[in-house]
Formats: sequence, C-alpha cells, structure tokens
Amino acid sequence: MALTSVEREPGQFRNASPGLQLILLCIVSIALMALDHRNEYLTGVRKSLSVLLYPVEFLVSAPFDLSRALSESIATRDALQAENRRLQDEALMRSASLQRMAALEAENARLRALLDSTAKVGEQMLIAEIVSVDMNPFRNMIVINRGGKDGVFVGQPVIDADGIVGQITRDRHYTSEVMLVTDVDHAVPVEIARNRLRTIGVGTGELDRLSLPFLPGNADVREGDLLVTSGLGGKFPPGYPVATVKNIRGTTGQPFLEIDAAPAAALNRMREVLLIKPEGNAGMADSDDDMPPAEPEQP
Amino acid sequence: MARPTRTWPVLVTFLAAIAIEIMPLPDAVQAFRPPLPAMVLIYWTMMWPERFGLFTAFALGIVLDILHGQLLGQNALALCAVTYISVRFHLQIRIFPLWQMTMTVLALLTLAAALLFVVEGIAGYGLSGLNRWPAVLCGTLLWQPVMALLDRVRMQSEMRTSNF
Repeated sequence: MALTSVEREPGQFRNASPGLQLILLCIVSIALMALDHRNEYLTGVRKSLSVLLYPVEFLVSAPFDLSRALSESIATRDALQAENRRLQDEALMRSASLQRMAALEAENARLRALLDSTAKVGEQMLIAEIVSVDMNPFRNMIVINRGGKDGVFVGQPVIDADGIVGQITRDRHYTSEVMLVTDVDHAVPVEIARNRLRTIGVGTGELDRLSLPFLPGNADVREGDLLVTSGLGGKFPPGYPVATVKNIRGTTGQPFLEIDAAPAAALNRMREVLLIKPEGNAGMADSDDDMPPAEPEQP
Repeated sequence: MARPTRTWPVLVTFLAAIAIEIMPLPDAVQAFRPPLPAMVLIYWTMMWPERFGLFTAFALGIVLDILHGQLLGQNALALCAVTYISVRFHLQIRIFPLWQMTMTVLALLTLAAALLFVVEGIAGYGLSGLNRWPAVLCGTLLWQPVMALLDRVRMQSEMRTSNF
C-alpha cells in the first residue's frame, strides 16, 4: 500500500513502497541472522562496524571513568596512606607465599620430569579494564578495553584476582566481549580441589550462581568445596579457582544432585581483569607474538 | 506543517537514546531500562516518515545488535516491523488522543519484544522469559514525557528552519 501523503521522487529505491522495503529488509535481516548464527561468516563485518561504534561506547563510558578518576585524585591523604599500608602488607604476604611457591614449582617440574610428562609452564598475563557499558541485560557479558590490536583472541581465558571470570567471545579490535562463567550459554570443566572429582560448571544467568548438574547422588561433594579448572576442555589452564560449592540438594529418585556454587571471581564488583596468554601451547592460539622460550628444566 | 530540514537534532536524539541504552545501570533496575531507541524511532517515523523510514530502522537495529553483542539482524528485524506499522498508519496515530497513542506504542513495543523473543527461541539462545516485559511497560509509561521532549526538538528545528 502506497503512502499517499509522502511525495516520492521516481527512480529512487528508498522511495519504493514500504511493503516492498519491509519484505526486503526482513529477508536481509533474517539472512544476516542465519549467517551470524554460524558465528564465523560475519566476524569481519561485525568487527569493522564495532570499530565504527567504538566512539559511542567511549563517550558513554567516559563520564563514569572520569568520575572514578576524580574520586581517586581527590582521595584524602589519610585514605591513601591507609590503602598504601594495606597494599604493602598484602604484597608482603603474597611474596612470602610466593617463596614457597617457587620451591614447589621447581619440585613439581622435577617430579614431572621423573614421570616423563610435560611440565606446566607459567602463563603471561595482560591487564584489561572493564568498559563501563551495559550489554544485553539478559546475558552475562562485559566489554573490556583490549582487543585484537593487543593480541586478544576468541576463546582466551579471562581471570581476576580471585578466579576465572570467563572467556573472550568476540574480538572488536579496540575492545572485546567477554562471556562470564555464569552466562546461560557458558560451561567450564572443573574438578573439586579436594578429591579431583571432575565435572562441569554450567552458568545459570545469575551473577552469583553456577550450577553443577552432572554429579550423581553418591558423589563425594561437600559444601565449601573449592572447584578449580580441570584444564580438560583445552580452553582454560588447569588449577584456577572457579567457584565454591554453596548448596547441595538431593531429591530421592533423581539420579543427579542439584548443586549450586558461588563463583570465586568478584563478577559484579571487578574493575580490572587479567587475560591469560598461553605460552606456546599447541592448539591454543595462532598468535605470532614472539613469546620468550620456556625455561629449561632443572637438571 | 512546516517540515524540518535539519536532521542533526534528530540524529542527536537517536544518539542519546543509544547512549542511554548502553549506559551502565545497577543490576536491580536494569530490567526496567525503557527501550528508548525504539521509542525515538517510532516518534520520528511517525512524525517525519518521508525522511526516517525502514532504512533508519534497519541501521539502528544493526547498531543495537553490535552494541549488545546479539545476533546481527535481530533488532533490525524487530524495528523494521515496528517502523512499517508506524509509517503505514502515521496519519492515524498522529491524531490519536494521547491515551490511544500510548496504547499504540505499548502494542508496538510489545511487538518488538515478541519478535526478539521469537528470534532468541529459534536461535536457541538463553530465553529472557518474562524479563522483557518490565522494560516494555516502563517504556510505555515514559512515552508521554519522551514525546513531549521530542515534540520540543521538532518544534525548535522547524522554527529554526522557518527563517530560511
């Protein structure tokens, strides 16, 4: 049906009848969705459009970044001194535990050499800040200020000071999208640190809850158990804390327990995250960064 | 009716709507964030259909999809459907009494939310369930102030250009 009140210039497509335009644009958007659903055909398009939209995100997050910077710069001398003291204490504690860590690492490498298995090498980290923009409110995703230009790649594990945060799902060149471990589409292979019982931690969509749906009724799991990555999926390096078991419910007649776990990472309070750079792990990345060679094993 | 020939105030309103759409909000009120881009789009396609039509809707939808990290084309589809209706019936909607217009906006926003819901279901992503509806209701409640604001923008841009 033509629009009577709208004057048209002949020969221009944008003045074609709205019904035709609608059908055409619907077909285009459905085709786009079908292509995008496969997740690889449109990465280039998406990336270039994201780069174009980067100024919008920057402008939106600028006031929040500025207010944070201001509140930091006008902090009182006392507060700064207190924080400094606290941080120094913390650094002392950490370096004390690192001393033992170095010895243990060496011992671990020696034992692994005896067993003739490959030694786990330390990872390099890249610090990223969270961009103050909201993504889809129904997904647990965040944007960080590192992208393809910093060597970030899809599938890269993201952690914070306390544990696994998630993984990179899309690289936007200047920024990238991180899917949190609690997203409904996310699952992470974990093991219970106490007895190395392996299972899978599935996201629930709530920032403070992971679910462990695949443990049978007689599994040895207790409240307060720490879940660490098992490294089985090949995405996450083994040994990083993921969550703490919070709540175990067993229903008679049901083969599996319903277990809730609280994520170890401060998913709704963090400002900075760390990206783990795999060090020459085959099949993890094809980054052409010149990584330093792994340290030679102790004789 | 004097027709505005300057489009930058309109673009500014679109940009502001997009900015509010991705502005960080506390988790508790996130579900109530009104779908401002869709509302601004409905307003301008209704008031100025010869300038803003389905192509604007498509472009805005793609922008939202990128910013939200959603399936590319999801919002574009929903906004195109909404815009078709608002362009097709713009003469009727314009002269509706305010409450009828608000009801129309409620219907259009519901249509957009329903389309997004259907697409999510087909694509097999996590369903938002009933979580979309608070935002739709919030948007409907905010339609009158938003429309008053946009009316001002429109009047001003028309007055400015009437000197030419």
